[in-house]
Amino acid sequence: MRPGAGAARHPAITGALALAVAGTLGCAAPADEGITLRFWAFGREGEVVAELVPEFERTHPGIRVVVQQMPWTAAHEKLLTAHVGRTTPDVAQLGNTWIPEFAALEALAPLDSFVAASPLVDSAAFFGGIWVTNRNAGRLLGVPWYVDTRVLFYRSDLLARAGYARMPTSWPEWRRAMEAVKARGAPGSFAIYLPTNEWNPPILLGVGAGSPLLADDWQRGAFQQAPFRRAFDFYLSLYRDGLAPAMGANDVANLYQEFARGTFAMYLGGPWQLGEFARRLPAELQDKWATAPLPSEDGREPGRSLAGGSSLVVFAATKHREAAWQLVEYLAQPAQQVAFFHLSGNLPARREAWADSALARDPRVQAFRVQLDHVAPMPPIPEWELITSRVIEQAERAVRGGVPADSVLAALDRQVDQILEKRRWLLARARAERP
Amino acid sequence: MNRAPGSQAEGRAGWWFVAPALTLIGVFYGIPVLAAFLLSFTDFDLYAIGNLDTVRFTGLGNYAALLHNPVFWTALRNTLYFALVGGPLSVLVSLSAALLVNARLARAKGVFRTIYFTPVVTTLVAVAVVWRYLYHPSYGLLNYGLGQLGIGRIDWLGDPRWSMPAIIVMAVWKNFGYNMLIFVAGLQNVPAELHEAAALDGASAWQRFRHVTVPALAPTFLLVGVLTTIGNFQLFSEPYVMTQGGPLRSTTTMVLLLYEEGFRWWRMGVAAAISVVLFLIVLAGTALQIRLQRRAAS
Repeated sequence: MRPGAGAARHPAITGALALAVAGTLGCAAPADEGITLRFWAFGREGEVVAELVPEFERTHPGIRVVVQQMPWTAAHEKLLTAHVGRTTPDVAQLGNTWIPEFAALEALAPLDSFVAASPLVDSAAFFGGIWVTNRNAGRLLGVPWYVDTRVLFYRSDLLARAGYARMPTSWPEWRRAMEAVKARGAPGSFAIYLPTNEWNPPILLGVGAGSPLLADDWQRGAFQQAPFRRAFDFYLSLYRDGLAPAMGANDVANLYQEFARGTFAMYLGGPWQLGEFARRLPAELQDKWATAPLPSEDGREPGRSLAGGSSLVVFAATKHREAAWQLVEYLAQPAQQVAFFHLSGNLPARREAWADSALARDPRVQAFRVQLDHVAPMPPIPEWELITSRVIEQAERAVRGGVPADSVLAALDRQVDQILEKRRWLLARARAERP
Repeated sequence: MNRAPGSQAEGRAGWWFVAPALTLIGVFYGIPVLAAFLLSFTDFDLYAIGNLDTVRFTGLGNYAALLHNPVFWTALRNTLYFALVGGPLSVLVSLSAALLVNARLARAKGVFRTIYFTPVVTTLVAVAVVWRYLYHPSYGLLNYGLGQLGIGRIDWLGDPRWSMPAIIVMAVWKNFGYNMLIFVAGLQNVPAELHEAAALDGASAWQRFRHVTVPALAPTFLLVGVLTTIGNFQLFSEPYVMTQGGPLRSTTTMVLLLYEEGFRWWRMGVAAAISVVLFLIVLAGTALQIRLQRRAAS
């Protein structure tokens, strides 16, 4: 070894030691002078929420927030393993479809008493359809942070060429518009793109037709019942009549490019795609695309979409429930919701926040505003995500495999009944125990 | 047999020496394996993590459900496809590479050995990123090359017919270096005198390979064959990072299905049943291989 190398290494080692010591002290210190909250947030939200934290720390002396950002793809597993390993954070962002699952695990702290005592958080200030997704078995387990739902994105120029100044509001008219778009489109082009490997299109149509999706207190599949059956026939007819291509999400290399080319004129998109369409479509198309609430079966009101988004939850295992609630309460304020919208593009869950000019003035965002008053919650049971994977499999059998709707929906109900067997048993047992 | 006095004490001491290793194996291997076996007879799931008394003993229910699950059969078929095509291909490529780097005419053997071994030690995720580019339907180097030969575009990872071959090629490329090293070690143990004697008797290079090298390598073949088979049946990371089991389940393997059931849906009972079935298949495959090898040797 060169003589200098050892000496040169010393400062590094000393530095590392100093850091380690400081680290230990840093962890120990808040025990007597304050609280450190661990806050898990995912994807882009995790990156930007860190910018909202300093103001919280300033207004809440004694509470320090450590934001841990992780990718969405790892979030679910990480949360579950954290629960099993008893290392859950104090506060986390949670997709509201995951709430039933974590409720079944008894992992979340009920927030009813906090909300009742809080002058700042009132259920009436939030979109009702979104708020209910945070309730489970009579308890409130989360506060909506941002909302997510699907609306129709469409090429207004292609629709106008087909003779429609605006998006029709009923299914029969919507279908005629699709036929007209298809008839005037270039060969090889379609009216709408509904990826065959996504559960959203058939489920959205089903919800729009008034299907409860699951029957008997979510104990059995309701996919063979009339409402879903009507929706599924409508869905299949779009492929059968060549209005939609039988392609999955992987078969379309670049969604935005194909939309720009006019390969399809309509698409069911979420709020995060507002930014993507604005960024990725060429400049000359920027005034030629629009959004509209989903059409409904009879056209009287906007059709129903699904209530999605993320909530803020407090984990039951936290030692700082009060401080954790303060962070949730803070992030649920209209001012923070607007700031968060400007940072991330996620739509606020609170109605007051929509008065912000950027939201109120943009007609494309307003379609979401209208849609959010017409949303249905997904079945609040932990098995729902597994059920959606079966929906995709069976819908693909019908679309690509040409299997008749009857046998596909019967198979789906059979599979769903099998998945829900445990739930039926648990409910029966609970009934038997209650005299 | 006449034992020396003290051999019993020696035996006891021997047990003490292996005790730490045995304890570790027992705690970190034996107990989990036993637990998984027991788990496979229950319906342990998400509810059970929340509340243990919701676990029910279901006997062979999980196994019966597996037999009726079309995805399980797809996964089994995909795994066999990978093992039966990818296994021999991998052994062939490793052996060829070993012969090349071991050839007497080869220069800079160390350099080539290192180059061939590099994929084995490279992180799979990094490899996957590069291979995804190679396989890209419009910009991929592979399709560009095929285009030069007048062959049309192939959507390697998006077409259910091509996805498994694409995974096989990548997995063989990623892993052949390991077996190559074992073969190189085996080749270096082939006595040079035998080759010389055969050459003097007028044997051609192919005859020498066929009748000197291959028989001498028999134990190496067995080792490589068994290791590769076991590895192939446990195929997981390559499809996990490249295709997530798609398109249309064409790259869903047994372990990927197990992972999905266990860690995505938390149906631990079902996942454990898959692992037991997989264990039995690997056991049978390995036993068959050893038997075939013995028969060939005798």
